[in-house]
Amino acid sequence: MNKVLLIVKREYLTRVKKKSFIIMTILGPVMMAGLMLVPIWLAIKDKDIQRIEVIDETGAFINQFENTTELQFKNEFISIEEAKANLYNDFYTAILHIKSVEKDAEIQMYYKKQPGFTTIMTIEKTIENVIRSIEIQNKFNVGKDQLASIQPNISIKPISLTIDGKEESKNVGISTALGFGGAILIYFFIFMYGVQIMRGVIEEKTSRIVEIIISSVKPFQLMMGKIVGIAMVGLTQFLLWTILTGIIYTVIMGAFGVDAAASQTEGMMDQVNMPQLSENPYQDIIGGLESIPFMQILISFIFYFLGGYLLYGALLAAVGSAVDSEADTQQFMLPITIPLIFAFVVAQTVMDNPDGSMAFWLSIIPFTSPVIMMVRIPFGGVETWELLLSMGSLILGFLGTTWVAAKIYRTGILMYGKKITYKELGKWLFYKG
Amino acid sequence: MNLLQVKRVYKSYANHQALHNISLHVKEQSIFGLLGPNGAGKTTLIRIINQITGPDKGEVFFGKELLAPKHIAQIGYLPEERGLYKKMKVGEQALYLAQLKGMDKGEANYKLKQWFEKFEIDGWWDKKIEELSKGMAQKIQFITTVLHEPKLLILDEPFSGFDPINTNLIKKEILELRDNGSTIIFSTHNMESVEEICDDIALINKSKKILEGKVTEIKEAYKSNVFELVFTGNMIAFSTALWTGFEILESKEDNGRNKVTLKATKSSDVNELIKTIVNDVQILSVKEITPSMNDIFIQKVQEVMPESLEEVQEEEVLNE
Repeated sequence: MNKVLLIVKREYLTRVKKKSFIIMTILGPVMMAGLMLVPIWLAIKDKDIQRIEVIDETGAFINQFENTTELQFKNEFISIEEAKANLYNDFYTAILHIKSVEKDAEIQMYYKKQPGFTTIMTIEKTIENVIRSIEIQNKFNVGKDQLASIQPNISIKPISLTIDGKEESKNVGISTALGFGGAILIYFFIFMYGVQIMRGVIEEKTSRIVEIIISSVKPFQLMMGKIVGIAMVGLTQFLLWTILTGIIYTVIMGAFGVDAAASQTEGMMDQVNMPQLSENPYQDIIGGLESIPFMQILISFIFYFLGGYLLYGALLAAVGSAVDSEADTQQFMLPITIPLIFAFVVAQTVMDNPDGSMAFWLSIIPFTSPVIMMVRIPFGGVETWELLLSMGSLILGFLGTTWVAAKIYRTGILMYGKKITYKELGKWLFYKG
Repeated sequence: MNLLQVKRVYKSYANHQALHNISLHVKEQSIFGLLGPNGAGKTTLIRIINQITGPDKGEVFFGKELLAPKHIAQIGYLPEERGLYKKMKVGEQALYLAQLKGMDKGEANYKLKQWFEKFEIDGWWDKKIEELSKGMAQKIQFITTVLHEPKLLILDEPFSGFDPINTNLIKKEILELRDNGSTIIFSTHNMESVEEICDDIALINKSKKILEGKVTEIKEAYKSNVFELVFTGNMIAFSTALWTGFEILESKEDNGRNKVTLKATKSSDVNELIKTIVNDVQILSVKEITPSMNDIFIQKVQEVMPESLEEVQEEEVLNE
């Protein structure tokens, strides 16, 4: 059996069998699903229910308001003074006082709990609609049901038409979310697994097993075995996360997410007739999701994760080999991680102009390309040649860092008790065998 | 026949020379002591033999062949500073290291079980290294070093960390391995064990070899004709009777027993001494005091004290 393979196998198995790996693998998707679902859940939950007591002095609005999940109306035939006096004893949350609907309509709302802006808008629209339909009925003798049957429901779908005639509909919000999510994930994966390489190297060095192992294999084989083994751990985790997140998401959304939300929207739209103010983003999201190149994102993610990981991982392996303990890594860690952190920080700016020149150059430079490319790809503006150039430069980049790292590594792992400076590291690059 | 030959090896690091023109011959099926004070260059030499690093100049032969990566499987190395993966289980780890040396998994498993039985540590297989004491871990380490039955074993301070009982156990194993055909390079500061188990030695100091040979011959060469004599009788009579070829270094009287250390000024044997005094005193014991390896070590290392670096470099230029 090939020795590098043996090392890869050991690195992989010892990590995958660890409790922390198993816990992270299970908790990760739960947390991710939570991150996705909690805002939606909060949005649903936060729609406060207003029970509105309607005091209608005009007499035109008797049973004209239709109840929705959030807004419940009931006509009460009492004086406004009486209603106001009883508000805090009643189960109503607000009083809608319609004095007149003539030119200068006098409508007031007394409340216990401040109604949201959208609630007021909804009530206003409802009243307008009621007045309109009453007027239409009175003037043109068209019934309410007839009116509803001719109510069109329109929403505009933006479609980008590319030069070669390809049509794609995009949703900037989703692209932003995906770009940002991809950037965060790749940043964390590179960091998390890169640091694992460094720790592994330090562990071997401080436990002194390294001398035994490199009497059997070449230092380069040991280093590459470790890097590849940990990469596979990363991929395993990513794959399991993707699958588990998918399952959890589907189950939860299937159970009460989308359906409830969608039916609710329909009901409201019929009534309120305000599609432009669609309160419900789910339909847009579902529509938008179809236009996202998921396969491309997934493949790019794996490529850029591996590329970025190999690039930074090799350097972190070199750092691990040069120091005697993790506490000494700081001075070398900082300059290595600065480009990665920088890429993460400018991700927002790149999103504002995903095809601009800054976005372009940062997605070509191998030290920033993994993060920046993941930001750009969901927006769909990355040309094939750009992608190939970026990938090519990333491959060259990690070959370069691996070469440098191997030189430092083979000297570093056998060097103990010496304060290592950059000058020293520079010298190691030119040592022979 | 020599299993290992080191020929005129030089190695220097950025600002110091670690090995200067070192040549060694390690006979097959022998125990070769590689001695020297700290920082003499022993570890560098061992690393060169292990192909962890390469010499700047010079050659190393394994048997009749130039040392090459394929010989790795035939070398077992126990470094001075040693350790194992703390979180890994004993059996798993030993199998892993054996496979890295090119052993087949099944074979490694079988032999490991044998060793575990021999050392009576069967119960440790599923323990993690961090659960073992230092001495226990050392035992595992020793097993992993010899498991693949290497032709050449390099043991750097193999007894450090062992209690006297386990030291004896390991000593016995080392001798047994030699008798079964292994060749052993044994690096240590413990001169007592050198006298006990080494056949040949080389002494390295400040990157140079300063002494080499069979242990018995070296001791013979360094003996200084000193005898210790214990007798009862008159000390003055003894002194007068003493042949002029002897010089008294030290004498002590204890309860009528005299203990005298003598140095022969000319080479003479113990018979001569006894003949001279046998009529005057009652001899209780006579023995020749031979220098210990420890004395020789200290003497040799101090002899070649500070030699300036310039000299070394000049020499090197001349050699070229």
